[in-house]
Formats: sequence, C-alpha cells, structure tokens
Amino acid sequence: MDFTIALFLIQDGIINGAIYALLAVALVLVFAVTRVILIPQGEFVTFAGLSLAAMETGGVPGAVWLLLVLATGAAVMDAGVALRERSPVKAARLAMWNLAPAIAIAAAVLILVPLKLGLAVNVVLCAALIVPMGPYLYRVAFQPLADASVLVLLIASVGAHLALTALGLVLFGAEGYRTSPVVSGSFQIGPLFVTGQSLLVVGATLALLAGLALFFGRTLIGKALKASAINRRGARLVGIPTMLSGRIAFAMAAAIGVVSAVLVAPLTTLYYDSGFIIGLKGFVAAIIGGLGAYPAAVAAALAVGLLEAFSSFWASAFKEVIVFASILPVLLWRSLTSTHSDEED
Amino acid sequence: MSALLEVGDLSVNYGRVEAVRAVSLTVQSGEIATVIGANGAGKTSLLAAIMGLLPSRGRVVFDGQDLVRVPAEERVAMGISLVPEQRDLFGTMSVADNLALGAFRRGRAEIPARLERVYALFPRLEERHRQEAGTLSGGERQMLAMGRALMAKPRLLMLDEPSLGLAPLIVRDILQTVSELRDEGVSILLVEQNARAALRIADHGYVMELGAATMRGPAAELAADPRVAEIYLGAAQGMS
Ligand SMILES: Nc1ncnc2c1ncn2[C@@H]1O[C@H](COP(=O)(O)OP(=O)(O)OP(=O)(O)O)[C@@H](O)[C@H]1O
Ligand SMILES: [Mg+2]
Repeated sequence: MDFTIALFLIQDGIINGAIYALLAVALVLVFAVTRVILIPQGEFVTFAGLSLAAMETGGVPGAVWLLLVLATGAAVMDAGVALRERSPVKAARLAMWNLAPAIAIAAAVLILVPLKLGLAVNVVLCAALIVPMGPYLYRVAFQPLADASVLVLLIASVGAHLALTALGLVLFGAEGYRTSPVVSGSFQIGPLFVTGQSLLVVGATLALLAGLALFFGRTLIGKALKASAINRRGARLVGIPTMLSGRIAFAMAAAIGVVSAVLVAPLTTLYYDSGFIIGLKGFVAAIIGGLGAYPAAVAAALAVGLLEAFSSFWASAFKEVIVFASILPVLLWRSLTSTHSDEED
Repeated sequence: MSALLEVGDLSVNYGRVEAVRAVSLTVQSGEIATVIGANGAGKTSLLAAIMGLLPSRGRVVFDGQDLVRVPAEERVAMGISLVPEQRDLFGTMSVADNLALGAFRRGRAEIPARLERVYALFPRLEERHRQEAGTLSGGERQMLAMGRALMAKPRLLMLDEPSLGLAPLIVRDILQTVSELRDEGVSILLVEQNARAALRIADHGYVMELGAATMRGPAAELAADPRVAEIYLGAAQGMS
C-alpha cells in the first residue's frame, strides 16, 4: 500500500466514521434516557433517504403513510388509556393531539412534493415526515414498557425494527435509490481528491455534535434529559415527566437519522432494509464506547470507519466480519478491566 | 388552620408484604407533622406513596384535590416535594445544575430568585456551586437535596430522614432550617429516626409500627408519653 492509497482509505474511513458517529450518538442518547437499545435507528436513516430520493423525482414518499399509521397507533393507545379512566373527552382530545400534526404534515407533503420545490424544501419536508415518527414510535412500542427491564425493551426494539422493515418493503418497494449530492464538485488537496459531499459529511457531523453538546450543557430541557438519564427517580421528583423525556429523546434520534440520510444518501444506494447494517455499525461504535459517553462513542465510530476502510482494502470479503468481530476483544477487555457497579438496575 | 394534606386508609404492598396498612394522617397548613418509627416500619413507603412513586390503595387529598390519578411529576407541579431517603441527586451534574432542575416546573425565569433564597439558607451550596453533586460530603448532599426540593417552591415539603448519617451539629442546623421553613409558611411532613429531635420541632406526631399508625397526637404529648419514651426515646436519653 502506498501513501496515496492510505490517504484515500483514511478519507473514506473518516467519512464512514462520521456517519457511524451520528448513529452511535443517537443510540447513546436514546439508551441513556430510556434504556432502549434503538435498533430501528437505521430505519430512520433509510426511510429518510428513500423519502428524499422519492421527492427528488416529485413522487410522494411512502413514509407519509407510515407516519399516519404510527400516529393512528399512538392515538388509539392514548385514547384507550383515557377511556379506561372513563373520560371520553380526554380520549378525544388525546386522539386529536396525536392525529392532527400527522395529518397536517401528510397534507403538506402531498401538496408540495409534486411542485418539486428543490432540495432545501425536500429536506424540510423529509424532516417533518421522519422526526415525528420518533415520538410516535416511542408511544406505540416503548412507553407502555417504560418500567420493563433492558432485555424486554431490547426485544420490543427488535420487534419494532422487524415491523418497520416489513412496512418499508411495502411502502418503498425493493428497489434501491441514491440521491444527487447536496454539494456537487470536488477538488484536489495534494494527492487527494476530496468531494464536496464528503466535506459536508464531516462538517455537518461536527456541527451536530457541537449543537448536542450545547443543548445538553446549556438548556434547561437538555439538562432535564441528562437528569432523566442519570437518576430517573430524581428526575420525577423535580417534576420531569419520564414520558416527555422519552419522546424528546426519540425525536432527537429521528432528527439525527434525517441528518445522516441527507449526508449518506448521495454516497451509497439505500434499500428498504439497509438500515440494519448501517445501524449495526453505529451500534458497534456505541458499545465499544461503552453506551454511556458521547465522546467515547464518537472516537469509537471513527475507529470503526477506519477499520472498515482498511479491511475493505486488505480483505474486502471479510470487511463486515472484521468490523463486527472487533466488538469482541473490546468487550473482553472491558469485562476484565471494569469494576462492576451495581448502582444502575 | 386547614388540612393541606389528608391521607386516608393508605396501604402499600410489595407483593405479599404489606408495608403500609391503612394509615390515615393529616398535615395542617403551616405545621410540621412528624412520623417516627423503627426501621422497616413503613415510613419511606408511606412518603413514596403520598408522592405518587409507589402504587397504593386509599385516599390522598392535597389542598382539596384527589390525587389518585395524578402522577408524581404533576404532584410536584401542584406543590408537593419529597426529599427522599436516598437523596437521588444528579451525581455527575454540578450543584448549580441540580438546583436549576429543581425549578424545572417553575420555568427558567424563576430560577434566579429561588436560587438566591436557597443560597441564603445554605451558603455552603453557593461556595460549591460548580462542584459535581456526587463529590459532596454527606451533609452537603443533604443540603443540596433539600435545596433542590425548595427550588420548586413547594407548599408541602416531605423529608425522609434528613439527619441520616449526619453529625449532631449538622442535624441541629438542618432541623433548625426545617422550623424556619415552617415559619415561612411551608407545611412539612418529617420522617425521622431521631425521634427526640423530630418531636421537639414538630406540631403533631405519628408513631408507625409494622406498617400501621399506632399513636398520634400533639408532638409535646407524644414526647411525654411513657410508651413512646420507652421505645423510641430511651436509648437516645441514655446517650445524651
Ligand atoms: N422494594 C421493596 N420490595 C419489597 N419489600 C420492600 C421494598 N421496599 C421496602 N420493603 C419492605 O417494606 C417494609 C417497610 O420499608 P420502609 O423502607 O418503608 O421502612 P422505613 O420505615 O422507611 O424503614 P427505615 O427507618 O429503615 O428507613 C420493610 O419491611 C421493607 O423490607
Ligand atoms: Mg426509610
């Protein structure tokens, strides 16, 4: 391997690593607040990417119907709880609260998309479609289990992933799509060709990570989310509703999914089921980082990206095996060095 | 004086264990009521149930409103705060952030005024406002737990063994602060092992045994009651 190839692989690894970092951060965020290991994080990415691709051609993305399905599910569940308390007025109000935003967004997408108003509008519409899916998904699949063990939540997470993938096949079809790059063009730095899109990937990831740091460090609602993660009962005792923290965490995860999609959809062809492998690499990074700390997860994500790039050069057939197997020595090392704390149940 | 908190026939079960059995008590507004009792009597479970942290049977009425379906978070917004036995601080966050979160239901605008009040009560917290809550000493942690609860400007403050593990001098300070709060109009429900000190500052007292409230009355009368003296004050008398 010569220097140029090494540089190229490093660039490739950093770009992939940046995407995995976004996924890992979303997983850490959701896990910290809700103890859910969010396998469907990859679905947020693919569904957002496929929606962008559909909108680019002026077609209505299948995600519209998915949003309505999830909103209906959430409405039925909220109303059900209210009806058990024998308050039909409250049931109707809760149902409206769930359905109205989804219907408004669906209407906006149906009207605006055929006009082909350009990339910026499409990204906004895509965010409007995908971000609310986070809280709806939390309501439907995880809120009823809020006090369950991590294992039960993981099983629910796998279930949600399978259901979403199946719906993805129905709504988006089996074909793969790729969008046109957000920034086109490329330029040369020394021996290296750098595309505009790859600079965007790194820049946007850094900006998003900085934004998250500000959100958690400076805003009361960010601190409240952090507090729910540190001590759930303490958070309830100061009046932070666990349910609200869960919904916000899921909305943020979905939003990070949208950003990832805007970055990754022009670089790789997405299929309805691509989310799993993408998400799994973010998951590997999150686990290596210890599922608890953002900086560690970001560093691990970069390592995963680089490992993937170099193994695709040396042993491309075993690329995925090497990446996923890298989790084992790390876990082994962790279990040998960590002193067990029984503080968290 | 009117009843701010009315608890009627409240029961808490852990599986088949009945930790609280049909306990009734009232806290008048502007008074300190105290619940004393041996380890395992059910005091902590009683407070957790009143706060809405544990499922329970029976009535909890706060300021005329039935709290059956009100979750703990909303009880905080209504004006009930609990300083739990475990403190439940946000260990990796600063003292100042812990306090700011105490005012979560009051909103950002009210934080500076509340903070000033809490720092006046516990100047130590102001000195340490940047320190991580998890690195505070036991006494400072208790001050922070109380300060965080006070940030919500509660009308009813429930304290679960505020003297737990603290040196006698600090216990005196903390209980002194509790009576000051009462004088400012905060109603207080105090759970204590340190029965003598609790009965000294309280207006009314309850004795809990094996989950049931077996004795009740004005604090001074309870303190003078030979049965109470024998069980709960005897040992303390010998020591002091
Ligand atoms: N989570 C739980 N599961 C099962 N039993 C419990 C649980 N929490 C408390 N108990 C039992 O309920 C009874 C009352 O406990 P509680 O903590 O309310 O007592 P307490 O009066 O606060 O005691 P202490 O003075 O030691 O704090 C005890 O017998 C205890 O073992
Ligand atoms: Mg106790």
